[in-house]
Amino acid sequence: MPAVAMNVNGNAVSGEVEPRTLLVQFLRESLRLTGTHVGCDTSQCGACVVHVNGKSVKSCTMLAVMADGCDVTTIEGLATDGSMHPMQQAFMDNHGLQCGFCTPGMVMTALDIVNRNGNDLNEATVRKELEGNICRCTGYHNIVKSVQAGAKAMGE
Amino acid sequence: MVENGIGASVRRKEDKRFLIGKGNYTDDINVAAQTHACFVRSPHAHATINSIDTGEAMASTGVVAVLTGDDLAADGIGPLICGVTVTSDDGEPHRAPAHPALAQGKVNYVGDHVAIVIAETLAQARDAAEKVDIDYGVLPAVTDTGSAADEGQQQIHEVAPNNMCFNWPFGEKDAVEAAFASAHKISTLDLVNNRMVTNPMEPRAALGEYNEGTEEITLHLTTQNPHVHRLVLSAFNQLAPEHKLRVVGPDVGGGFGAKIFVYAEELVVGWACRKVKRPVKWTSDRTEAFLSDAHGRDHVATAEMAMDENGKFLAMRVMTQANLGAYLSTFATMVPSYLYAFLLAGQYTTPLIYSEVKAVFTNTAPVDACRGAGRPEATYLVERLVDVAAADMGLDPAEIRRRNFIPVDAFPYQTPVVQCYDSGDYEAALDKAMAMADYDSFSARADEARTRGKRRGIGLSSYVEACGIAPSAAVGQLGAGVGLWESAQVRFNPTGNVQVFTGTHSHGQGHETTFAQLVTEQLGVPFENIEVIHGDTAKTQFGMGTYGSRSLAVGGVAIAKACEKLIAKGKKIAAHALEAAEGDIEFADGNFSVAGTDKAMNIAEVAFTAYVPHSYPEGLEPGFDENAFFDPLNFSFPAGTHICEVEVDPETGVVEIVKYTAVDDFGKLVNPMIVEGQVHGGIVHGVGQALLEGCRYDSEGQLITASYMDYAMPRADNVPSFDIDYAPTNPPHNPLGVKGCGEAGAIGAPPAVINAISNALGIKHIDMPATPENVWRAAQTAALG
Repeated sequence: MPAVAMNVNGNAVSGEVEPRTLLVQFLRESLRLTGTHVGCDTSQCGACVVHVNGKSVKSCTMLAVMADGCDVTTIEGLATDGSMHPMQQAFMDNHGLQCGFCTPGMVMTALDIVNRNGNDLNEATVRKELEGNICRCTGYHNIVKSVQAGAKAMGE
Repeated sequence: MVENGIGASVRRKEDKRFLIGKGNYTDDINVAAQTHACFVRSPHAHATINSIDTGEAMASTGVVAVLTGDDLAADGIGPLICGVTVTSDDGEPHRAPAHPALAQGKVNYVGDHVAIVIAETLAQARDAAEKVDIDYGVLPAVTDTGSAADEGQQQIHEVAPNNMCFNWPFGEKDAVEAAFASAHKISTLDLVNNRMVTNPMEPRAALGEYNEGTEEITLHLTTQNPHVHRLVLSAFNQLAPEHKLRVVGPDVGGGFGAKIFVYAEELVVGWACRKVKRPVKWTSDRTEAFLSDAHGRDHVATAEMAMDENGKFLAMRVMTQANLGAYLSTFATMVPSYLYAFLLAGQYTTPLIYSEVKAVFTNTAPVDACRGAGRPEATYLVERLVDVAAADMGLDPAEIRRRNFIPVDAFPYQTPVVQCYDSGDYEAALDKAMAMADYDSFSARADEARTRGKRRGIGLSSYVEACGIAPSAAVGQLGAGVGLWESAQVRFNPTGNVQVFTGTHSHGQGHETTFAQLVTEQLGVPFENIEVIHGDTAKTQFGMGTYGSRSLAVGGVAIAKACEKLIAKGKKIAAHALEAAEGDIEFADGNFSVAGTDKAMNIAEVAFTAYVPHSYPEGLEPGFDENAFFDPLNFSFPAGTHICEVEVDPETGVVEIVKYTAVDDFGKLVNPMIVEGQVHGGIVHGVGQALLEGCRYDSEGQLITASYMDYAMPRADNVPSFDIDYAPTNPPHNPLGVKGCGEAGAIGAPPAVINAISNALGIKHIDMPATPENVWRAAQTAALG
């Protein structure tokens, strides 16, 4: 089986995987980083979004071997010294989550939105950018507020 | 107000674990020696099984077992059951075909379960599943709701002639006909309530473990009601005695009804883990979820309203054909009957209602409760018919509603369809919503839109729903196999912190926060010292779970009653310690005090005394830990008016919701932030049904909307933000003064959206989902002046 090595949340990790292993399977099953979720099998729902070399990726769309040598950040890698990242805090403060299943993907996508669009985000931009993340609970209203508030907090 | 008590928008206790990736959903759980399961499913909608050859699959790498319906039958497991009886018009109970958890000789829908393959890895299980060789004898399929019971149709089940499950007439047919005969005007509407796939974002999963030493099965399930699962799996499916079966619903990623039911996979995994003496894990992928989760809605109906010359409703007649799918899911029969016809009065004084529901079998996935369950179907029909009636009478939709509302001074109000509404002020909600939506100046906005080639429309929906199904005696008379009480245990630890055990289950609703607010309000214990525990039959006493917006209205009251018992016991303990008469002890803000003195002890000190009873009232049991059950006297009846304003582009058929206003009556709000979130989510579920979501089978029974590529879920750019407010009334039956809020949006939204589109295009009706193609076609035929 092919060997893979990558840096996940600042830790060097390696393993042997079947070639067909998806990045999300490697994260969840080999590394037991179960914060990244699988909500569909057609790369539509966005529950599995992680960052690979600083860009958001649906980790069900990428083979683990393709991430060989990459820097990967998952939802578990955002909080520092026990404090939540400002985007995580914004989701809590604005009730941007209910069942929590889509939430890790939402937060990882939100960070990517900020990285590409800056800290002052209007509602239309956030809604358009969230098109690849499906939530059944919140009706998006409070997710949009959370992303805007988190983006602002990240700029402060 | 008590800090973090009732009425405070407290941030949620559960959020941190979800936000840092430490949620604990069923598929996140892995145990030693775990195997992985893949179900072999029927690719045909309707077929006999001539033979199953498992030999090649068994020989495949890593395979532990391949089990079929024969193995299940040999062990006496199953079949799956439907828990509510509906009596058909011939006086017989509804027709209930056998529902084996693994097919026995025949399959009846695409996705029907034929075998389970268990292997060391999921990939090995999937590879081997493809090697199970099944010889099918393909039969014609029945998929269309409206024609399923027609003469000459292919028969699906021997026990159900003409594919009929039941024909359930309800109401005074002759009186209704007489009213129609003398009516000034009759409005008529044919409509379809489109089939939905419920789609909680976490797919269903099951992890079964068998302990040979204790002979206990532990099942981790994606369930909204662990105790109901345990009861059904034990009492009806013979999986294990109830005391040897533990069901855990850990973090569950949304339910919306789809995770109420006892599914084949859950039973089979529980049975298989004992058979192979290894833990067995199964997680649905999304396509499997589309194929095998219970679907929702799927009605074809004709509705008629008889009116006098003032537009006053005299009588309503409704003929409905409801699709129940291939087999009866756990509560399938209840949804298009009691949860539907009993809501057909809506907010109106319509004195006579006659309903006939024909429930049919088809070669499609079972249909059961989906957010709202029957009530959205009833509300959509009533609120669409009312708009058609307004047009027929030349009245504004708001005006015809006002003329027919049950007036505020008429409560409690006995409707002609069983329900007795306990409280409501429908005109107050309408007035407030119209003001917020700037209803009166709509025509100026419509004129402005017209200058841009767009068509604006505004739509009202004044809904009432019935939630917290109760009382148990009444649902028993209707044919339910269970009681619908709820239970709670409130336990002080000796150090003064509190564990609250509830039989409801939270899968997004925020019970860990809301219920802690109830306890901090009532007992004065700091919010951070309260932990709410749910979802594990080995931890929580008993429960009926979460559905039908019942958790706060029923489960919350059980918690309050347990708290009352603690206060009563605490008074005895405090009286002894403070050397006063029990009758002189007062309790407020967490302190027991002697009336008119400064002698007091707080509840944590009382709890400690109860566990360290060195100086203690004679004859009183030690411990500070109380149980309570609550069986409500009636449903609760949330209501409200939603107003949707749309802008339609007749050239493309694209509908934009430009403004959405909701004014709801949920009684008292415990956590307004959480309630508002429930309303938002419900509205978008309803908007999804109205604009986007349509589950479709082709004539051969293939599900052609079996992924998110083909089934349009609402996304962030399909919907706006919402304007939400409340017009509360006090429900006299509910000791906490609360109603239910989880389904309101999904009930109120679909007719508001479709009324708005019909208004924009000046048409009588458009069926859901009003996709751009459907709207464009309607715009082409409408006379758009």
